[in-house]
Amino acid sequence: MSDVLKISDLYLRFRGYTGVTEVLHGISLNIRAGERVALVGESGSGKSVTARIVLGILQELRTAKVQGGLEFEGRDLNKLSASQWHDLRGTAMSIIFQDPTSSLNPVFTIETQFAEVLRRRDAKMSDAAANARAAELLNSVSIHDHERVLNSYPFQLSGGMNQRVVIAMALANEPSLLIADEPGTALDVTVQAQTLKLMHDLVEQSGTAVFFISHNLGVVREFADRVYVIYRGRIVEHGPTAAIFDNPSHAYTRALMAAVPRITGGGIPDIDDVDTAFLDPMVIHDGGAT
Amino acid sequence: MKRMIVILLRNPLSLLGLILVLLVLILAVFADFIAPFPDHRGAVIDFVHFNKPPTSRNIFGSDLVGRDLFSRVIYAYRISLILGVVVLAIATPVGTVVGLLAGYLGGKFEFVLMRLTDVFLSIPPLVLAIAMMGVLEPTLLNAMLAVTVMWWPWYARLVYNIARSEREEGYVLAAEVIGASTFHITFREILPNCLPAIITKMTLDMGFVIIIVSSLSFLGLGVQPPTPDLGSMVAEGARYLPDSWWLTVFPGLAILVAVFGFNLIGDALREIFGADQ
Amino acid sequence: MPPVFRLLLNRLGISFIVLVGVSMLIFGIARIIPGDPARIALGPNATVEQIDKLRETLHLNDSIFVQYGYFLSDLSRGDLGVSLYTNRPVTQDIAQFLPATLELVFFAGVMMVGIGLPLGIWSARYRGRWPDHVIRLLSLLGVSAPSFVWAVILMLVFAFYLPIFPIAGRISDSYEIQRFTGFLLIDTLLAGDFSAFSDALSHIILPAFALALSGIGQAARLTRANMVETYDKPYIEMAQAYGFKARRIANKFAFKPSLIPSLTIIGLDFAAMLGNAFLVEAVFAWPGLSRYGVAVILRKDLNAIIGTVLIISATFLIVNLIVDLMIAFLNPRIRYSERGST
Repeated sequence: MSDVLKISDLYLRFRGYTGVTEVLHGISLNIRAGERVALVGESGSGKSVTARIVLGILQELRTAKVQGGLEFEGRDLNKLSASQWHDLRGTAMSIIFQDPTSSLNPVFTIETQFAEVLRRRDAKMSDAAANARAAELLNSVSIHDHERVLNSYPFQLSGGMNQRVVIAMALANEPSLLIADEPGTALDVTVQAQTLKLMHDLVEQSGTAVFFISHNLGVVREFADRVYVIYRGRIVEHGPTAAIFDNPSHAYTRALMAAVPRITGGGIPDIDDVDTAFLDPMVIHDGGAT
Repeated sequence: MKRMIVILLRNPLSLLGLILVLLVLILAVFADFIAPFPDHRGAVIDFVHFNKPPTSRNIFGSDLVGRDLFSRVIYAYRISLILGVVVLAIATPVGTVVGLLAGYLGGKFEFVLMRLTDVFLSIPPLVLAIAMMGVLEPTLLNAMLAVTVMWWPWYARLVYNIARSEREEGYVLAAEVIGASTFHITFREILPNCLPAIITKMTLDMGFVIIIVSSLSFLGLGVQPPTPDLGSMVAEGARYLPDSWWLTVFPGLAILVAVFGFNLIGDALREIFGADQ
Repeated sequence: MPPVFRLLLNRLGISFIVLVGVSMLIFGIARIIPGDPARIALGPNATVEQIDKLRETLHLNDSIFVQYGYFLSDLSRGDLGVSLYTNRPVTQDIAQFLPATLELVFFAGVMMVGIGLPLGIWSARYRGRWPDHVIRLLSLLGVSAPSFVWAVILMLVFAFYLPIFPIAGRISDSYEIQRFTGFLLIDTLLAGDFSAFSDALSHIILPAFALALSGIGQAARLTRANMVETYDKPYIEMAQAYGFKARRIANKFAFKPSLIPSLTIIGLDFAAMLGNAFLVEAVFAWPGLSRYGVAVILRKDLNAIIGTVLIISATFLIVNLIVDLMIAFLNPRIRYSERGST
């Protein structure tokens, strides 16, 4: 199986008024075709910026300096021209953000926004064809009330509905890689669960690889094949999901797992915020690819 | 506070603004010492040197009765700044109090006060000033009065908007629960949150007052001769375009420089404090 | 009733109340002046009897409330009194001069939107880079001088030194145009006289630009500020992540949501232009209502003053109403919800 995405030794620095801040200190990860890989860490660990680097939108910031290997479907992204990389966005790779309703433009209808997305693949698609395809896509996310939804504005639909619309849009152009940045976090728990099940079923069918970014271990466990744990810009542990959860070896991973409050007693766990052990070298489990 | 000054000094644009405003201030305050012909601010006639283009004697040239334009511009700066300070010194507190009460107390207060403000705000600013000066004797004092009367509603509206949204905030409810007086809540609790917006507006308004007053004087409705005013100087000189161009260009540029300076600072303040419309 | 209509009626009602308030305000101020309007009108040679007679006719001896009552009843019949300046009904003066001012202000308004908005979009799209800095500086300069300063400078440069444009007036005297609308640009086209049209056009460009300059600056700054805020929104990042072209994002996806908060201020800037018209009309000898207004103010012609202020305020209120309707139309939240929200 070939890699859809391969990141090698990625460094990210920001140039600010007060000097240079290093955010990523040489992370490496890869995702094979059809695989579901999760990147887990706390806020500020660098997980969200990684997603944006893959898309190429972070590099447009003038204060950002990115260094390292980026390969997508075998092509070296660093060697691509800006417009070639640009062409990949929305077609071969797509993204879902945290809050579906605010990801959609409030002053345009769903229909208009769908058409724009579909035209990324086929710039001359007619309105009728776009609507027909949008209806098909809405079906696949269990939205059958096509006309109403397409003619609506995002604020008129519920969060869960918008989430499904956003998923449908992300998969519309049959991308090889779907990046999901904390999906469903803005939704309530039951809706989030449904959303994840939906995503799971869809990517199984289409064979899309998923790069899943989260801080929610429960969700990661349900959804991901492999897990990378990131702490302060470094990967500290990675391996197949089962291995990581059954046998967390790195101090930080263990702290993460322990940090989940349990309903069945024990109360809120008492953990050190920071421990020098967190800076221990990376732990790799068997079955985690290079 | 100190941090604010440092930021203002670092940003090249606001630094430029500070320099310009400082320049204007120095010229205005020390006019008596800087002006080459201090008595030319009054009624003086010098037919030897009248209507002369810029020379080393009259660096801005001389006007139609021979007065040094540079001296008159400096004294005009003084008058403009005094006017600005006086207008704001009255309009800001009045408007703020009205806005605070309307915003916090709500109910009938809000309705009456805000409708009153609406009436003032529904007339374009210059039109209202012109209309008021139209029915008053055109003197400096009346101009000040008219401009002040037309100015306070802007502060009332600004403070009202802030007070109304702050009304629901936790700290206000907490103070109410403790039983704090209305006076305390409005002035000690809500007002400090309005201060950044007020200060920003006051800085920008200094420039705006200069614009309005010079416009009034331009039309003959504001400061009367022989008192120097940048607007009336432009008006007098406009008849002699393009030959005696210095009569209009220098006073006009003087207005531009002063207002530009205040605007630069005000803009920087707005960025520092965050946008507050 | 669809929410938009309800909004319209609501605003009309408020506007009406405000207009009444304005009339009271101006009326009150006008009647407070020291000095006797009748004596001023008749001049220094009038006899006491003539003055008293005029005072009776003008109801000047009655209480202010009675005077206001007469004013309102006259107003309801469309009678704004007679101007002491032109010796004609004020309504006739207004009918003659208002179109000139409206034409000037609307032309300036078109410039303000047509130049200011694109500059603001450009500025936001390239923010932090040199086009942004240049536009921001120029915009700030534009709002930093009163319109008469720009009028004088433009006149010096483009009418005197580079004689591209005419110096004053609306149209060369050699043209006789029939008045249909009072708007020369339209009337010349209606009469099929294209050389007259281009003549009128060349006359209006400088004054309109002088008038529009501060509005252009404001519009550019405001649009830029709103768009910069919009650019930070998640849905714009989403659009970038989907690879929509940068220009399309700037002109469509970021612009439309930014437009809505800008519209209110644009309405206010239009008001400022109504005021600044006084200054520009004076410099370019434009025969409009503002020039008339200044003349009657200097002569303390009360009826004319009140009439002029009322008409200008009414115009301003109508424009604001139209702007509010546009906002309601553009903002789907207001269009579709029962409770309108901004």
